[in-house]
Amino acid sequence: MEQKQEYTITAFTENAVGLLNRITIIFTRRHINIESLTVSASALQGIHKFTIVVNTTEDQVQKVVNQIEKLVEVLKSFYHTNDEIVHQELALYKLPTKGLLEGNQVEQIVREHAARILEVTPSFTTIELTGYKHELVLLFERLDKACGVLQYTSSGRIAVHRAKQEVLTDHVEALAKLKGENKIDKVSGKTWDWLT
Amino acid sequence: MSKTGTGAESLMLSLMAERVDTIFGYPGGAIMPVFDSMYDYLGKLNYILTRHEQGAVHAAQGYARVSGKVGVCIATSGPGATNLITGVADAMIDSTPLVCIVGQVGAQLLGTDAFQEADVVGISMPVTKWNYQITEADEVAEVIAKAFYVASSGRPGPVVLDFTKNAQIGKTALKEYKRCSFFRSYIPAPIPKSEEVSAAADLINAAKKPFALIGQGVTIANAEKEVVELLEKADIPFGWTLLGKSAVPGSHPLNMGMLGMHGGYAPNAKTNECDVLIAIGMRFDDRVTSDVKMYAPQAKVVHMEIDKAEISKNIKAHAPVLGNIKETVPMLVAKVHGAKHAEWIASFAPLYKEEKEKVIDKQLHPKGNDITMGEAINLFSEKTAGEAILVTDVGQQQMFAARYFNVNKPRSVVTSGGLGTMGFGLPSAIGAKVAAPDREVILFAGDGGIQMTIQELGTIMQSDIGVKIVILNNGYLGMVRQWQELFHQKRYSSTPLANPDFVMVAKAYSIAAKKVAKRDELASTIDEMLNHKGAYLLEIAVEAEDNVFPMVPAGAPLSSIRFE
Repeated sequence: MEQKQEYTITAFTENAVGLLNRITIIFTRRHINIESLTVSASALQGIHKFTIVVNTTEDQVQKVVNQIEKLVEVLKSFYHTNDEIVHQELALYKLPTKGLLEGNQVEQIVREHAARILEVTPSFTTIELTGYKHELVLLFERLDKACGVLQYTSSGRIAVHRAKQEVLTDHVEALAKLKGENKIDKVSGKTWDWLT
Repeated sequence: MSKTGTGAESLMLSLMAERVDTIFGYPGGAIMPVFDSMYDYLGKLNYILTRHEQGAVHAAQGYARVSGKVGVCIATSGPGATNLITGVADAMIDSTPLVCIVGQVGAQLLGTDAFQEADVVGISMPVTKWNYQITEADEVAEVIAKAFYVASSGRPGPVVLDFTKNAQIGKTALKEYKRCSFFRSYIPAPIPKSEEVSAAADLINAAKKPFALIGQGVTIANAEKEVVELLEKADIPFGWTLLGKSAVPGSHPLNMGMLGMHGGYAPNAKTNECDVLIAIGMRFDDRVTSDVKMYAPQAKVVHMEIDKAEISKNIKAHAPVLGNIKETVPMLVAKVHGAKHAEWIASFAPLYKEEKEKVIDKQLHPKGNDITMGEAINLFSEKTAGEAILVTDVGQQQMFAARYFNVNKPRSVVTSGGLGTMGFGLPSAIGAKVAAPDREVILFAGDGGIQMTIQELGTIMQSDIGVKIVILNNGYLGMVRQWQELFHQKRYSSTPLANPDFVMVAKAYSIAAKKVAKRDELASTIDEMLNHKGAYLLEIAVEAEDNVFPMVPAGAPLSSIRFE
């Protein structure tokens, strides 16, 4: 049996009603759990980007990516191992302000993790940290032990590829041929107007 | 200066612009404006009222499979729409182009559990190539254009449009219709790569024992001639999948028969003996491969396919050739050398001979008193001489028909392959006959499957559709009974059937009908049926506990094929 590992799937899509559902169905069918999912704008105007983290085998992730790409509202989909991407998550921690004022232990922890203090009220203080998942969890554990964390939340993973531009070159070429356009050289990666 | 009209009128104009000539449907509350608008077009349109929405969608499938055009069906919201879902799922897995238009409650009522509201976009999402909810009349023309483009291009599939009532009655400008041939997130067919074709040609040119697998992709791409040219030039024997049955003429000398669970002995055995396996427009379904780990482990696999997601999904492709096979096969023909594989091709014959002695002769020329399904089907095959369109339901008759009914013309087989939908036969035969009124359409159904959609006899009566219906009655759900006999110690749980008098049922619908139980009456009754103008139902009482052989048990390697 092939080894499972963490993969980050990215999909470049139109902004269509129900597309999120169409994409998640592909994972559900194969009984794959989604660890995290984020939808945001991409560097290409009007094109959205899904970032999905799963724990599975390469064989499965390949098939899933092909099936995502097959959806008519998806332009292109990829999968990456962690060393091929730069990725981060963001966490918010809400602490009792009292805990911050009693001794300098909490302040010390916040400095060591290079976390930011977002808001301080007489009762509560909100701290933010951006980093890898394990870093966010470590800070949670240390703060919780020091003064008790009242509320905690973290975002899904966001990631960019180590390549220079959004990795859609092949796709743009195919589209240009399909449309009978000879404007490939004019596609700077941001001017998609001729494709609409 | 453009005219204005309703969303429903815009729909009808759009369907006309897409050259839709036939619609199957069933009316209801939330789709009434569309039916009202359609009333103005009845002279230009062949509208067929079925007796159930499932009948409408299967008829649209049969129409699409035979005509090569998009099948269109219309139903109302809620139950009307959910009744379509089986056919939509069937069309999805069998790559059949459909546009299904269903009514929906007004947009202001969406999500309120209104009368006959169902979340059709949500329900149909996993079984559609694309779906969309039209909530404004202004969207209609553009969405219809996109729907036909998506349904028919690339690997075809079903599109469901959920048409809210306010959008049907809302006003819109009736502008000149623009067909869709491009939108940026959708590439119907990958651009062929000559290096992929070369890699495939190298494998084929080096092959001593090549074997080709022909699937429905050949039919969909209209690439029958190109594929035959390839097979003949490189002298490659071939087998076919159930849906690939009419892609290459059945009587072609390189045809070695059906692949898979109830396929021929030779094509299955030779799959595991060939050195290069060339799959053309097929997807290595588990009914073809059985145990994938034991499937052709010795062979290098060339896979010519339009859908990238099928490459190495089930069987690893050593030389994938992505693209429309209408383009890639001629590219390959140019690169393969003329070859002769006489010895290899001759090696299929002894295996066929063994199968003939152990299975085929017994089935086609039985010694017992009872008529067998294979015997009856073979007689029809001889009398129609490869000219007819074969439609089947699902089960034993389907497998016997696939094995023993010969077709020599393209687009001549309509059967539910991927989903295996019982009840598919009768309504899809209606669609097939509507698509090809001048050809003989012969439906084989079991006594079980026919009863799942038997109400469509009413459609045949009302619209005067000349389908020839053959019920092979063994008094059982035969295929399940066969598995119970072979794998469940003959514990016939829920498979014996008490049946109505099918001849009386047919006569109640004014359809000519007869029952045959004796061998010496069979041939003459078949003649009578085939000479009859219009619909005819023939019930043939067949051997009760007959089995389809050869058989590769589900999930077992191809080598475990059994003859009894």
